[in-house]
Amino acid sequence: MFSRVLIANRGEIALRIIRACRELGIESVAVYSEADKDASYLEFADEAVCIGPADPAKSYLDIPSIISAAEIADAEAIHPGYGFLAENINFARICQECGIVFIGPPVEAMKLLGDKIQARKLAQKANVPVLPGSEGTISNEAESLKLANKIGYPVMIKAAAGGGGRGMRVVHNDISFRSAFGAACAEAEAAFGDPRVYLEKFIVQPRHVEVQVMADSRGNALHFYERDCSIQRRHQKMIEESPCPVLNERAREELCNSALRLIKKAKYVNAATIEFLLDRDKNFYFIEANTRIQVEHPVTEMVTGHDLIKWQLKIANGQPLEISQRNIKHTGAAIECRINAEDPQNNFAPSPGTITRYIPPGGPGIRIDTHVHQGYTVPSNYDSMIAKLIVYQKTRAEAITTLKRALAEFVIEPIKTTIPACMDIVSHNSFAKSNIDTSFVERNF
Amino acid sequence: MGQKDSDFQKIKKLIKIMTDNELVEVEIKHGDDKILLKRAQPQQTVAALPIVGQNTSSLSAGTVPVQSAPSAEQPAEQKDDGLVEIKSLMIGTYYAKPSPDSEPYVEVGSNVDPQTVVCVIEAMKVMNEIKAETSGTIAEICVTNGQAVEYGQVLFKVKPD
Repeated sequence: MFSRVLIANRGEIALRIIRACRELGIESVAVYSEADKDASYLEFADEAVCIGPADPAKSYLDIPSIISAAEIADAEAIHPGYGFLAENINFARICQECGIVFIGPPVEAMKLLGDKIQARKLAQKANVPVLPGSEGTISNEAESLKLANKIGYPVMIKAAAGGGGRGMRVVHNDISFRSAFGAACAEAEAAFGDPRVYLEKFIVQPRHVEVQVMADSRGNALHFYERDCSIQRRHQKMIEESPCPVLNERAREELCNSALRLIKKAKYVNAATIEFLLDRDKNFYFIEANTRIQVEHPVTEMVTGHDLIKWQLKIANGQPLEISQRNIKHTGAAIECRINAEDPQNNFAPSPGTITRYIPPGGPGIRIDTHVHQGYTVPSNYDSMIAKLIVYQKTRAEAITTLKRALAEFVIEPIKTTIPACMDIVSHNSFAKSNIDTSFVERNF
Repeated sequence: MGQKDSDFQKIKKLIKIMTDNELVEVEIKHGDDKILLKRAQPQQTVAALPIVGQNTSSLSAGTVPVQSAPSAEQPAEQKDDGLVEIKSLMIGTYYAKPSPDSEPYVEVGSNVDPQTVVCVIEAMKVMNEIKAETSGTIAEICVTNGQAVEYGQVLFKVKPD
């Protein structure tokens, strides 16, 4: 097993990885920017090094600084967490060239699945259902207009290099198509450095269901079932759960197996999440693959009993997935609320600052993944997520009861957080019935 | 009390010093900051003191400086012992010399100006020349050749001119 791993990330996921390393007997090296220098989670790592100023471009995203940190701290491997450099092909390649193990997929697999157009083509080859759409990139406006009509409005113009809800535009008719098309290409170029866009049918009010998969370097691939992440606001997930409340066992099996076919075709190694949309008739369509560990991984850990971060470390170390698919079971129901330092009363404006009163919930069925504590100052330079509240019970109804209790107990003051917004959502009748889709939050709140 | 107030107090003190000692002209430089005070008399003495100034400003004797200095940041390196710290702007390995056989870039007692290369920090096989960004004499070298350094780590202490 690795003796030392560097964690190229911050906050709750850095702490999560430090914990997994600790239990596996791996020394952890944490990196931090000046904005994070007083973060107490750094003390749990075996070593912590300052890599730059608060600006993420000059610290957490600065490849030479990260590599330099790994070299001087003698780390054999780097875990990129999620966000930052986790899906940066250049970074993965540089790690390889510098003889540092990148805890994630091989460069080729990341490239293949990271490019939405290529991933879509691969999915088709693997017999994974995809949304009706363009065969590759669309460049000619007239041709694309014809295609949009053939697919049938509404359609979505998506950036090939986009993802995570960015670089997508919905178009409802020919008139708006013309203006949207040019703008979408320009935005794609500006945001991702790649102007390629493609077309997909837009499903009205879909559910977002994703499958957690894991593959080792010997070609074994396993799934850890699915998560329903339909509670979103502006394409950002707010609440995730497992299992998906509306799938029967047969549909579940089909969904999960198609995810496996895709990653096998991509010769993928390590953790990935394959995202699908479920339409009203429960047909599922592949939309994108995330070649990293995700924020909501704890939900899967609770229902399957598997530690996904440890699996990532083991797989990167060359160990095989020595379990069989039939031995991976899901039991019970888990729900996660992302707690952000944002003011729901003020259009979710960021609310950084010092937390002077912090009282986390506790008792049966509760797990909190967070790096914050009383006295912690939430910096303004980074993502606003400060904690993940995960509940786990035997049934979904019991999980919701525990979740409401937990949200009521949870005190984070005086900064504003999304705790009240989560409470409103989980108390909503439609949430209880799981009569939801990705437009639920924006329609009701 | 803001930077403006502290600058104002310092200028007031300077004017008093000038008057008490019959100085005609005082110019103070610190890095890129400079202040020049002139009295309308023929004798001249120039004194240099380490003080945080703002942009170059000329003031006539006896006048209370009304020009509001835009708020200045204390140069981060200024410490109470009067020494200026040169900090690493990257994480990497510190090298005192351009190559194993050469002389070190600087030693204790070496004079530096803002453009003087004081060391090299290697990160990912790239040798980055680090400049002093300040003027003075090397008072202390805080790291050893081949040592790993973090962003913000103090490399040298400089006695300003």
